[in-house]
Amino acid sequence: MSTLVATNKKSFGSTIWDYLTTVDHKKIAIMYLIAGGFFFILGGLEALAIRWQLVQPMNDFVSAGFYNELITMHGTTMIFLAAMPLIFAFMNAVVPLQIGARDVAFPFVNSLSFWLFLFGGIMLNVGWFTGGAADAGWTAYAPLSTTSPGQGVDYYVLGLQISGAGTLMGGINFLVTIVNMRAPGMTYMRMPLFTWTAFVASALILFAFPALTVGLFLMMFDRLFGSGFFDPSMGGNSVIWQHLFWIFGHPEVYILALPAFGIFSEIISTFSKKRLFGYTAMVFATVLIGFLGFMVWAHHMFTVGMGPAANSIFAVATMAIAVPTGIKIFNWLFTLWGGNIQINTAMLWALGFIPTFTLGGMTGVMVAAASADFQYHDTYFVVAHFHYVIVGGVVFALFAGTHYWWPKMFGTILDEKLGKVTFWLFFVGFHLTFFIQHFLGLMGMPRRYWTYLEGQNLDLGNLISTIGAFLMGVGTIVLLINIIKTSVKNEKVSGDPWDGRTLEWAIPSPPPFYNFKQLPLVRGLDPLWIEKMEGRKGMTPAEPLTDIHMPNNSFIPFVMSLGLFIAGFGFIYQKQDIAWLSLVFVGMGITLGCMLLRSVKDDLGYHIHKEDLKKEAGE
Amino acid sequence: MSEHDVLNPGQMPQNPEKATLEGKNKFMGFWFFLGGEAVLFASLFGTYLALNDSTNGGKSSEELFGLELVFIMTMLLLTSSLTSVYAMYHMKNNDFKKMQIWLGITVALGLGFLGFEIYEFYHYIHEYEFTLRSSAFGSAFYTLVGFHGGHVVFGLLWIVSLMIRNAKRGLNLYNAPKFYVASLYWHFIDVVWVFIFTVVYLMGVL
Repeated sequence: MSTLVATNKKSFGSTIWDYLTTVDHKKIAIMYLIAGGFFFILGGLEALAIRWQLVQPMNDFVSAGFYNELITMHGTTMIFLAAMPLIFAFMNAVVPLQIGARDVAFPFVNSLSFWLFLFGGIMLNVGWFTGGAADAGWTAYAPLSTTSPGQGVDYYVLGLQISGAGTLMGGINFLVTIVNMRAPGMTYMRMPLFTWTAFVASALILFAFPALTVGLFLMMFDRLFGSGFFDPSMGGNSVIWQHLFWIFGHPEVYILALPAFGIFSEIISTFSKKRLFGYTAMVFATVLIGFLGFMVWAHHMFTVGMGPAANSIFAVATMAIAVPTGIKIFNWLFTLWGGNIQINTAMLWALGFIPTFTLGGMTGVMVAAASADFQYHDTYFVVAHFHYVIVGGVVFALFAGTHYWWPKMFGTILDEKLGKVTFWLFFVGFHLTFFIQHFLGLMGMPRRYWTYLEGQNLDLGNLISTIGAFLMGVGTIVLLINIIKTSVKNEKVSGDPWDGRTLEWAIPSPPPFYNFKQLPLVRGLDPLWIEKMEGRKGMTPAEPLTDIHMPNNSFIPFVMSLGLFIAGFGFIYQKQDIAWLSLVFVGMGITLGCMLLRSVKDDLGYHIHKEDLKKEAGE
Repeated sequence: MSEHDVLNPGQMPQNPEKATLEGKNKFMGFWFFLGGEAVLFASLFGTYLALNDSTNGGKSSEELFGLELVFIMTMLLLTSSLTSVYAMYHMKNNDFKKMQIWLGITVALGLGFLGFEIYEFYHYIHEYEFTLRSSAFGSAFYTLVGFHGGHVVFGLLWIVSLMIRNAKRGLNLYNAPKFYVASLYWHFIDVVWVFIFTVVYLMGVL
């Protein structure tokens, strides 16, 4: 594929093959968006089933056992298979463009990250069809998880292990991309805030995920190979799992939230027609949140019995995070202040986010107070708190980012009217669902129980909560209709529909596969805006028109991930019958063989010749 | 200038592993990866320290470990780290043959280490019935030391395949980063072993 004639009509089969083998960050972004969107809907359906079960006291819509599977898979799916991949979708779609790069540092590894995530996600859900999915809660506390019968938790362990490996590689990839691949003039303090948050989130991934990797290995050994890490009868200690899980789990919250902050920073700045207020403070607040994110994991374990000294230290550290987060909230407000504000769908989500997330932050400080947390712990108050943070922060950002970057990713613009309908349905539905849960929690309703008794004043609150959940569902359906309508209409827009400020808006929509014909010269923060203010139409090139070096497509990442997927089944079922161990050898053989092949076979890529680039431009 | 000419310059640069953008990326990406690996082993060490007294009525670390064997293993692995430094020194001097020889010595020392480790595990299992399943201490010991052993196996396979793959064509700017990164990995394995020697064996016996 050394010519530029890639946009000709292609058969369905060759399009599929193209996506199976692509190493282009823009196509990988689209695959992340589709796969993450699919799991988001799946997790949403699980949520609706949970809410329907709780619509009235002593309901029997689902059995208690199935309810446990629903809550476990809802949480796991939403965090690992919906929120994370959707964040990665935007990181892939936008970060290379924002720093003026032609791709990520390791395009091959980028593709591998995606396929590992997808096969891991499928693995997690296979449990539904083989006698029950994981049912020990998304946190999978031992000994509940180590003694859970069936293979549900095994699928959880293997599925997360595989998709976690993909995430770790993705984190490294973006770290190196942002350090090494910035265009001339793109200094660190000129990077758009979304790139900054992606950078810090990637560092958090790098240092947080290995703890989960180890935790999952220990659980796998306990469940499948008879070790005794979490088994007190062998001298084990189940609290070790909690520590490992939360050493990963708390940074994970910021891995999701920081890029969300980045998305909102871009949107608020663009639609206020102002440079982001306090850019430097925003960058330092981001780094500080990332750093403090590692110091607070035990605030999830106040009631475990760590003692007053440990509880106090973790409580104070947790409360300290409110400071940089507050800095961010005020900077967004000051960016809006005096701005030439344009309210469209993306901006509506941003405006809805600020008060919603602030509420989640307030309850965060409440649950951070260790002594008070003994009351809140494992009640609906905590459920309300983390949904305010994760939905009000992250999911709102994903909706906002979808509207904001859709034109860049697909070249079309989502319908504004339907977009606003989605926003209002989802926004009202969200607060209806979760605001009341604060009070349900304070009234003593514990989380994760499959039903409740009549006459305890919990009926009305739960009914309201369920109604709200269905409003969110309707809002999501409207978004899907919007996407279908926009795709069918297929009205192309310009490369810069929002009068943007950052580099991604300086190139056509969707961008050519090599992104920048000539790398741009960056002269400050909001580089495109600077050029516009000086009367230029686009960026000034930093290099003459030369041949562009591009990576080759490869099918190896898909096969390498498939190998681990196959080996996963072998690991799970060798406990029943040792013959299944053969699958481990087959699967690991495929994966290691692919690694060897990748190592010994030279992959030098190819060049787009400058004559072809000129021809394409009609010169 | 074709890709082949770019990767095979007449005069090799001072640091061939970082002469291309791909090489620079690989170099940095691998350092980040080692940062993640450090957290992985830190988690395993933490688990081990929490469980190293939980013998469940079985043999304790004082009764199990013998420092003589572990001392030999440590010397083998430390020396192999040194020989891989020599290999990288010759890579920078563009002396492919000497690099291969020193890498070969590195692999031989690594194999020696691995042999002793297999013997050690075999000994514990058959003489003392000390296994992954005998106690939480056993689980933690075999997982920590076994993860390290697994890294040694992977490192050996990696270095050997690089040596065989490039035996005929010599060094260029495409494979120099690969050799360099593999040697970084080998150093990391060595550093982890220093901690295992201290935390598991010395602290276990003393």
